[in-house]
Amino acid sequence: MAQPQADFAVELRDVVKQFGDVAAVDHVSMAIRQKEFFSMLGPSGCGKTTCLRMIAGFEQPTKGDLRINGLSMGNVPAFQRNVNTVFQSYALFPHLTVAQNVGFGLEMKRVATDEIKRRVKEALELVRLPQLADRHPKQMSGGQQQRVALARALVNRPQVLLLDEPLGALDLKLRKEMQIELKNLQTQVGITFIYVTHDQEEALTMSDRICVMSRGKALQIGSPLEIYERPNCRFVADFIGETNFLDGKVMRIDGEFAEIEVAGRKFVGRVGEGARVGDNATMSIRPEKMLLVDKPTPGALNTYETRVASIAYVGSDTRVIVRLGDIQLDVWEQNSQSTLDPSYFFKPGEAAWLTFKPENALVIKD
Amino acid sequence: MSTQNPSTRLFGLMFPGAFWLIVFFFLPITLILGISFMTKGGSGSPEFPLTVENYSRVFGEEYLTLFGRSLWISLLSTILTVIIAFPVTIWIVRLPKKWRDLAVFLVMIPFWTNFLLRTYALRFMLLNEGPVMRAINGVWVDSLGFEDPIELLFTQFSVMLGLVYGNLPFMILPLYASLEKFDWTLLEAASDLGANVMNSFMRVMLPLTAPGVIAGSILVFVPAIGNYVTVELMGGGKSQMIGRTIAQQFSTANHWPFGAALSLMMMIVVTAAALIYFRVGRGEKVR
Repeated sequence: MAQPQADFAVELRDVVKQFGDVAAVDHVSMAIRQKEFFSMLGPSGCGKTTCLRMIAGFEQPTKGDLRINGLSMGNVPAFQRNVNTVFQSYALFPHLTVAQNVGFGLEMKRVATDEIKRRVKEALELVRLPQLADRHPKQMSGGQQQRVALARALVNRPQVLLLDEPLGALDLKLRKEMQIELKNLQTQVGITFIYVTHDQEEALTMSDRICVMSRGKALQIGSPLEIYERPNCRFVADFIGETNFLDGKVMRIDGEFAEIEVAGRKFVGRVGEGARVGDNATMSIRPEKMLLVDKPTPGALNTYETRVASIAYVGSDTRVIVRLGDIQLDVWEQNSQSTLDPSYFFKPGEAAWLTFKPENALVIKD
Repeated sequence: MSTQNPSTRLFGLMFPGAFWLIVFFFLPITLILGISFMTKGGSGSPEFPLTVENYSRVFGEEYLTLFGRSLWISLLSTILTVIIAFPVTIWIVRLPKKWRDLAVFLVMIPFWTNFLLRTYALRFMLLNEGPVMRAINGVWVDSLGFEDPIELLFTQFSVMLGLVYGNLPFMILPLYASLEKFDWTLLEAASDLGANVMNSFMRVMLPLTAPGVIAGSILVFVPAIGNYVTVELMGGGKSQMIGRTIAQQFSTANHWPFGAALSLMMMIVVTAAALIYFRVGRGEKVR
């Protein structure tokens, strides 16, 4: 398929999808670049799967324009779109063998039998299952079925591969392996992957860019680093990773930094999206970006005496909950020192000085 | 009791079924087999001596043609029933739960009325003196200016209509059982892989619902071949099928031995047809 490549593999322009009175997708715009690993991330019911199904052609947008490789998909039915889907349930044809499943798409395109055979074999080698060509899907494990579903889609050399939580049914260890394998595969075949997941770690691990969705809206689109370090709203900060929120009022903005007053205490962090002087805002500070020390550095910003409420040792780090007046904060202390000495840990009830750098905290509009 | 011989216990379990089969299946069949080799008596009841003459008549051209015709009509009615039942059943299965149950209930409702009565009702619908045909012919002759009124009753069409109408529920119910278990994402997968509606149906839906289609076809085909009520009432003597001929042998023609021979022949033909169908159906499923 030597079609000229448009700037974007897939574009959604102000797309709305209405189911009855409910807008499953509510004025969403996104542009997915060629050969990009793009994830749509959000809790169930956020509209990510509906977006994927509209790209596949299983659902029609109520409003807006959907383009694949620059062409508007208005009346193009699913079977004429040059995209393929890996379904959450795999949706392998139970009455066909693995080879017949993988060859189905080529057969529909009336590819010559010899070529089908050759390409099916290639595809099965790509997913490392060449020995199972004659099996039926029921005789295979979930992980193997997943690979067959992948081969069945990739064999058609689609412009875009759509993946709907393909790893959801696998156990944790296999899932981690497949994450790396999928990412490698994507680099190898050079196809745009659009990946739908509710697992933020999965999205962070694999994606070039992530679109965080909630209640039918695309809240933020950016690289994993941007999404994690510079969330543009409270929902994104909360959904990706763990964080502490300090709700207060913006007192002062000075260049890149903002001062926020929370229950009479002042904190300084970077200015995030939408924060204005005098507005209510929240400061998001990740647990791993805070430190607990015995003695404060004189004059340091964001330094407060707190009381340890509880500690939990989880191996790689120690999770401490401290109280600062009425505020409760999660702090993760990396166990980079020897932890065999019991005096290394704070004890519940002890005083501890909490400190964090302003550049590690973000003040965002509430 | 725990020391009871297992084979004795097995016999105890088998007994009701075995008894039933012997009394209501093997004995009557043996009786028919016997009668089929006897001679027609003066009063119509079978008499000795034994003869094979009934069978040489069965294998004569007239009756072989009749068998062929009956097979063809039954087959055609089965195919028509499948074609009508499939979209209807798909529609039923895709209804919301509460409407689906109601729809299945409605499919079964005709069973509450006697089959004979329903056939008479259908006949009344097609009768030229009936209100329906009178209205249709009113338009056909008076308004459209055709010379001859349409006659539907006592034609091939009316027999086929009767067969399809009477047998439709027997196709819809097994098909429903198959389609209810059908995973609809498979159709999305097929269309995702470039299959149009026809290919999706032929390559995915039909093979996966084959057990329902086969069961339904057997339930429709077998009674259709032996049917005589519909053929009698809707065909009015113009459409002869083997079931009606057999019935006539036992009633008006009063020739029990020949009727018995025809019956046995029909059993063999039906069984053979069903076996071939099962074989083909199963082969189709595995591919």
